[in-house]
Amino acid sequence: MTSVAVIVFPGSNCDRDAARALDDVLGAGTATLAWHAETSLDGIDAIVLPGGFSWGDYLRTGALARFAPVMGAVRVAAGRGVPVLGICNGFQVLCEAGLLPGALLRNDHLHFRCDEVPVEVASSDTPWTRAIAPGRTLQLPIAHGEGRFHADDAVLDELVRDDRVVVRYAGDNPNGSARAIAGVCSAERNVVGMMPHPERAVHAWMGSDDGALLFESLRLTLAAGSTDMNDTSELELTGAH
Amino acid sequence: MIGVRIRTMPKRAVLDPQGEAVVRGLRMLGHDVVRDARVGRVVELVLDLDDEADALAAAERMCADLLVNDVVEYGEVELVDASAIVVGVGAGASA
Repeated sequence: MTSVAVIVFPGSNCDRDAARALDDVLGAGTATLAWHAETSLDGIDAIVLPGGFSWGDYLRTGALARFAPVMGAVRVAAGRGVPVLGICNGFQVLCEAGLLPGALLRNDHLHFRCDEVPVEVASSDTPWTRAIAPGRTLQLPIAHGEGRFHADDAVLDELVRDDRVVVRYAGDNPNGSARAIAGVCSAERNVVGMMPHPERAVHAWMGSDDGALLFESLRLTLAAGSTDMNDTSELELTGAH
Repeated sequence: MIGVRIRTMPKRAVLDPQGEAVVRGLRMLGHDVVRDARVGRVVELVLDLDDEADALAAAERMCADLLVNDVVEYGEVELVDASAIVVGVGAGASA
């Protein structure tokens, strides 16, 4: 039985949505909510850091969550190659924790933007996107005031060169992100962060079920028994589900 | 006790939409002389230290550890009178 921990920080507000989406796509009982005070995530197959406003966005978004005891366990798991997905505030936390490069800043237009936007999958070479053909456009919800991805040019060049831009905005750039980047992965590729909310798009009645593909990707990854993306020959990159 | 004030500003290369909004707002109010604005953050700390060099060094470490995200910001530390930060502490406090 696959076990995915959804981290709950004070101020997280998408934790139940993420858990429900995981259970709906991967089977009931998949998700376990893990309180921020947990110090161990042993036996967990994957980790989701959900959206919300951890610690009220005090100081900087995600800045205080990085000191939560559970983040030590997340760091250890990430180092072992466990797939980690940070969604929205989870992405901000991973950047502040140094597990992903860059930072998320106030949207260039200053508005909180709640919308559904086309997002192109730029890389299938992560545990969260391996079931999606590169270039495929997904319809995913966004809901953030601070989603403008920023890194200096050298880092941006490196991310593009190393195929570490995982998703980018395919239509209008909704927040002014550098190079329309909506999500990136770590150098080891198992840690992914993105501003769009795949957990809010896993059934047709939600407006889109494209987000389910990320969780289907995780299923493929775990079934393959390895997060090593070098051998994808046996995988079916249908992009359909 | 020693007070320190840490001023954090967005790096020059970083777009500061809050600063741009301040420029637009001020100009709408008739302040045509406003050419540019940057919006940052000030954090004031009272430190349980007596040596000014120690206080500055400690504040610099706190910037690196938490207060400044050097991907997008820079911080400047200055010493201030602790009693100007919190009533009841520092040089100006009465016993």
